[in-house]
Amino acid sequence: MSTTTTIAGHEVHVDDEGFMTEYDEWTEELAPELAAAIGISELTDDHWEAIRFLRADFAEQDETATLRRVAKIGGIPTKKLFGLFPKKPAKKMAYIAGLPKPHGCV
Amino acid sequence: MKRLLVLGAGTAGTMAANRLRKRLADDEWTITVVDARSEHHYQPGYLFIPFGTYQPDDIVKPTAPLLADGIDFVIGDIDRVATDADTVVLSDGTRLGYDQLIIATGTHPRRDQTDGLDSDEYGSTVHDFYTLEGATALADKLAEWPGGRLVVNIVEMPIKCPVAPLEFMFLADAFFTDKQMRDKVELVYVTPLDGAFTKPVAAEHLGSMLDSRTIELECDFMTMEVDTERKMLVSYDEREVPYDLLVTVPVNMGADFVERSGLGDELNHVEVDKHTFLADGHDNVFALGDAANLPTSKAGSVAHYAVDVFIDNFVEHIAGRPMTGRFDGHANCFVESGNGKGLLLDFNYDVEPLPGKFPVPVVGPFSLLKETRANHLGKLGFRWIYWNMLLPGRPIPMKADMSMAGKQLQDVAP
Repeated sequence: MSTTTTIAGHEVHVDDEGFMTEYDEWTEELAPELAAAIGISELTDDHWEAIRFLRADFAEQDETATLRRVAKIGGIPTKKLFGLFPKKPAKKMAYIAGLPKPHGCV
Repeated sequence: MKRLLVLGAGTAGTMAANRLRKRLADDEWTITVVDARSEHHYQPGYLFIPFGTYQPDDIVKPTAPLLADGIDFVIGDIDRVATDADTVVLSDGTRLGYDQLIIATGTHPRRDQTDGLDSDEYGSTVHDFYTLEGATALADKLAEWPGGRLVVNIVEMPIKCPVAPLEFMFLADAFFTDKQMRDKVELVYVTPLDGAFTKPVAAEHLGSMLDSRTIELECDFMTMEVDTERKMLVSYDEREVPYDLLVTVPVNMGADFVERSGLGDELNHVEVDKHTFLADGHDNVFALGDAANLPTSKAGSVAHYAVDVFIDNFVEHIAGRPMTGRFDGHANCFVESGNGKGLLLDFNYDVEPLPGKFPVPVVGPFSLLKETRANHLGKLGFRWIYWNMLLPGRPIPMKADMSMAGKQLQDVAP
């Protein structure tokens, strides 16, 4: 199910959990508002490193990176990701980066 | 002569080699299979060993007789695939050239990936059941265990046979009930997923089955380390789960040579086209079964349906024609629920497991997502089918594409 909503003045498509569904509708100016919506009030350089890795990786893989992938390919340790995006870093990073929720396998 | 080289004599490799031997002319193609060991394990049987239902002898056979006449079998460790030279190099220096390569070396539990799992406590308070050695040691442990807090944890997804840890819980509940000591045992299921299972409809059914058996469920638990001194699982978000006996499902990874050969993703699974299994960037390297990075369960059932599609594709491919078959991710699996009952799941890349009847709508005989005796008998009967029909490549009357007939659609978001 996809509906539209307005984030930072832009109309964008989101799924029923609020994850953006169109890769190209995301811009960096949307990220702070998305982050604020899930309780992250400030995006530091460390946050941006993770978000930019996720965006670039998705463009290549057509799939949201797992924590292991962010650690191994992106070089950001998992423990650090839990510090930056508390409790559920995989989902929170994807949410802020405007990417689909990472899916588990069957 | 052209050379087909198959790495791995497990479920996918054996099926593919045997079926291709029937399709490729003996005077045109040689087929060579390489594996690190000389025995084949019926891996679905590992689950039954800790509870004494199966003995190791029940699930192990020599590999060579399982391969058809006209297939060469080489025992050796693989060092790397040199794709630029169409050559596989073994650890002892042997070089095997190929015209077409199939990588079917599976995925394997890696205790070394998590702090604490490789400690001296392994075999004492820390166990696993995804290897024959681990399952056998756990059988000895459970036979004498006086009770306490038994925790099963999945360190990270994906794992092979993702329902097996849940089945373990159901069978443990039945096992301790039979031994009249269920009141002395706390059962706890710890998972990185946000529910009992990955897909919503099945997760709801399986979750309520945990509830009804008084099995505690700890979700969203990303294991960081196992503190074996304090007997504590510790998560990245600093939660702790105490245990007396830990049965762990370690990180699963593809073979190390996949990484050394530059063919793997972050878990050493070969990156392939999910419909044809052709490795990215190559036109004579395929990966089948758990070794491939398909976005679905790692399971023999998936390998079976995938190989069905692969065989015709491969014959087209070597004739220089486009591959016309497209694997849709279809597979199904029996799930043991204890006390002589079981469930059946049927799914593909796009459709999650749903309730209904299989394979014939309304009639069954198997019920999807529902505990029945028929499903349990189906699971036990499958071992015979595996050795006698599946591995030799005899036809099984089930089609590769999934059917929606017989399934009940649920009012749940996809």
